[in-house]
Amino acid sequence: MNFDLQGFGPALAAGVLMTIQLALSALCLGLVLGLLGALAKTSPNRALQWIGGTYSTLVRGIPELLWVLLIYFGTVSSMRAIGHVFGIPNLSLSAFAAGVIALGLCFGAYATEVFRGAMLSIPKGHREAGLALGMSRSRIFIKLVMPQMWRIALPGLGNLFMILMKDTALVSVIGLEEVMRHAQIAVTTTKQPFTFYMVAAFMYLGMTALSMIGLAWLERRASVGFTRSAS
Amino acid sequence: MSWEFVLKWLPKLLQGATLTLELVAVAVVLGLILAIPMGIARASRSPYVRALPYAYIFFFRGTPLLVQLFLVYYGLAQFDAVTQSAFWPYLREPFFCAALTMTLHTTAYIAEILRGAIQAVPPGEIEAARALGMSKGKALLYIILPRAARIGLPAYSNEVILMLKASALASTVTLLDITGMARTINARTYMPEQTFFIAGLIYLVMSFVLVQGFKLLERYLRVDASQGR
Repeated sequence: MNFDLQGFGPALAAGVLMTIQLALSALCLGLVLGLLGALAKTSPNRALQWIGGTYSTLVRGIPELLWVLLIYFGTVSSMRAIGHVFGIPNLSLSAFAAGVIALGLCFGAYATEVFRGAMLSIPKGHREAGLALGMSRSRIFIKLVMPQMWRIALPGLGNLFMILMKDTALVSVIGLEEVMRHAQIAVTTTKQPFTFYMVAAFMYLGMTALSMIGLAWLERRASVGFTRSAS
Repeated sequence: MSWEFVLKWLPKLLQGATLTLELVAVAVVLGLILAIPMGIARASRSPYVRALPYAYIFFFRGTPLLVQLFLVYYGLAQFDAVTQSAFWPYLREPFFCAALTMTLHTTAYIAEILRGAIQAVPPGEIEAARALGMSKGKALLYIILPRAARIGLPAYSNEVILMLKASALASTVTLLDITGMARTINARTYMPEQTFFIAGLIYLVMSFVLVQGFKLLERYLRVDASQGR
């Protein structure tokens, strides 16, 4: 067995870049959705609670691959209708956009629960102190709750990011040229499936290991001042 | 959504659902059996015993299931030693490959759950067992494992749901599970919204039933009552 990449090295490296872009974009969307979901779920408004609950249950109960397919193929006609209104013919979602939306949606649904747990773990007294100081509700959330939530939510979000990183491989199914897709292309010409899928596997392992190191660093940073008091 | 469409294609999707169920059942049952020795080894105090399961778990948790599936289904054919061996009739079958990969994948996750559960067994209970004169093996069999099973059960039920969703990847190796069936129907009718929506509903119902089943099991095993310290 030889691990000669036969000139496909640069293509695979470009795939890694695409995978990272996809993962980070989906992370941004997912964090926003997760925060909104958690706010909706913890709000006193019944309708908002219902929306948040339905979002997280519905999205978590359906496979990620199905979301990727649903968003890529299922939006074709509606996107065309939107394009028709604005006079843009053949408007459609790119594979990248569909991947970001699908993976962001899934990340957000799980992140909703992580953020909700973190919000609930912040002592009620902190909010009341904010109210007593005359802060508005949104100000309390941004200045008091969010900075403290971050530290508690970080390990959970880290796990979700690892899952997201691996789920990016699913977007190769709709033809986005990330690591997995480039490996598939290389396999069709070289007829060496094991070699190239193994290389892809080690690329994912490398990305996972790097993000583990990054997360450990973030967690250390976020818990400065807490580590000593805990022991 | 038209009822005609639902009535016409629902039987096909339900047929796909049986394949999904088969895949998941094989993976989570065999995965649990394989994970028990691996989890025990992973919780061992000796670094030599820990190393092998650690490497296995690191690989299977660090790479996407899709890559693992392609490695087994497409990758193994690269070697003549495999294609000429007695296993080839099995390794050529997409169902066998999907079931094998999912089993190996979920074994890594369940082993990690078991390790966590074994380490969460209160040390006092193990000491008590040893003080009563139980051998190490006996303490493991009668005290540690039954206790760890109850601690790990909620996480195991999560893993089963995750495997149900992961089984959708079987459609990428030509299997007609729910997602595979939906993709075929979509290619034939070009009604992606309806098709994938119904497929999603089937997954939702299946995961709901599984969650309720595990709730019953937790009640039967008195998981809540046995968590008291």
